[in-house]
Amino acid sequence: MKTTEILVVGAGPAGLMAAIHAAEAGAQVLLVERADRLGGQLIKQTHKFFGSKAEYAGERGIQIAEKLITASQENSGITTWQKATVLGIYPDGVVTISHDGEFCTVKPKKIIIATGASEKTMAFPNNDLPGIYGAGAVQTLMNVHGVLPGKRLLMVGAGNIGVIVAYQLLQAGVEVVGIVEAGPQVGGYLVHAAKLARHGVPIYTSHSIKSAHGDSCLEGVTICKLDKNWQPIEGTDQYIPVDGLCLAVGLSPLTELLWQAGCEMKYAGELGGYVPLRDANLKTTHGDIYVAGDVSGVEEASAAMVEGKIVGLYVASILGHKTESFTKDFQVAKSQLGALRSGPSSMKICSGLSKVVLKEAQ
Amino acid sequence: MRIVNHPILTFLEQKMVTFTLNGQKIEGVAGEPIAAALYAADIKVLHHSHKNHRPRGLFCAIGNCSSCLMTVDGIPNVRVCTEPLRAGMAVEIQEGKGKIL
Repeated sequence: MKTTEILVVGAGPAGLMAAIHAAEAGAQVLLVERADRLGGQLIKQTHKFFGSKAEYAGERGIQIAEKLITASQENSGITTWQKATVLGIYPDGVVTISHDGEFCTVKPKKIIIATGASEKTMAFPNNDLPGIYGAGAVQTLMNVHGVLPGKRLLMVGAGNIGVIVAYQLLQAGVEVVGIVEAGPQVGGYLVHAAKLARHGVPIYTSHSIKSAHGDSCLEGVTICKLDKNWQPIEGTDQYIPVDGLCLAVGLSPLTELLWQAGCEMKYAGELGGYVPLRDANLKTTHGDIYVAGDVSGVEEASAAMVEGKIVGLYVASILGHKTESFTKDFQVAKSQLGALRSGPSSMKICSGLSKVVLKEAQ
Repeated sequence: MRIVNHPILTFLEQKMVTFTLNGQKIEGVAGEPIAAALYAADIKVLHHSHKNHRPRGLFCAIGNCSSCLMTVDGIPNVRVCTEPLRAGMAVEIQEGKGKIL
């Protein structure tokens, strides 16, 4: 059985930052990643990030991924396993992992779960037809593998992901026939919505998908207008022929390991679903398990990176790896996270957090 | 269905290999997910559902949702959205749960 001080599960923005900061403080880290490459969903983010310079604002996600991956690989305190899926966390602290087809056991002192989130779907007739994808799937196909998801696509959801991916589809040469948004307004960054407007992509606010059509693959969708109570208005049906439908309707935290380990969970719709109760330092009700990133509540990658830094620094410190600059670094990271969540668009996140962050550190 | 020119991304030199889908020869890029190779060849039906035999394709593309399960070299329920393509693979559209025994 392998031992390590800290096991980090997931090598996306949160997990990479946690591993890097814990190892820089002197901790021994095992970083495990299910996929065969590191970086999580950053590797398909071709747009430039917002925030401040400390969160890599102005850089594209793909460039941030490269920096973090290089930093993790150059740090001798980090052992990385790719194609490694955590199977279970046992009461005696043993973690079982399938690593490249081999069954392994690991006993860490502390565990940081940074498994991210999965895409939600929505209910309408024929929503399982091939050609209907999550927005992230479309990004993976185009931006990682260079394959087009279709010739003519309709986007559902005008939040950040919807408007950003719609623009990325245009960049890849796909015809985007419009964005359907159930709410009365565009929820995503206006800078991206404006780019779409300049390309003549219509945004149908107060509209939804009524049905998808097609024999073996998607051939078209019927959209309709919604009233103030989100109900379809009769006589407003409109058929749009498309071979792709992209759903950007939110994400759910990938919390299976936390449930399995017995962490206390609570539903917070603002954060995407069930998330773990945790203290201000991201410790769950299971004393040895910490969380960072979308698994603790769906937010932007910028917030995931800062949470990773906070938890990496903190967990290293309680294992005795407290650098001279710890107090300062830790406070800087906490105020960075506070700043990211200070705008009016973060009110929803803050409302969700108020339900799940335990008042006093345990 | 492959991107040739992109304003931000460059897709480096790609080594093409041959594999089969239900016996029919198809080309794809070595190491890319099997599903990417199939979608590039405009093949989107990967699976038929167990109960109602409905066609299923990619949904999440990162190994979360199991919408893309196929039989690869005789092994059923392979998530082809993450399984890397190798030369000579025999890929089959899977019916329901696939044949385990």
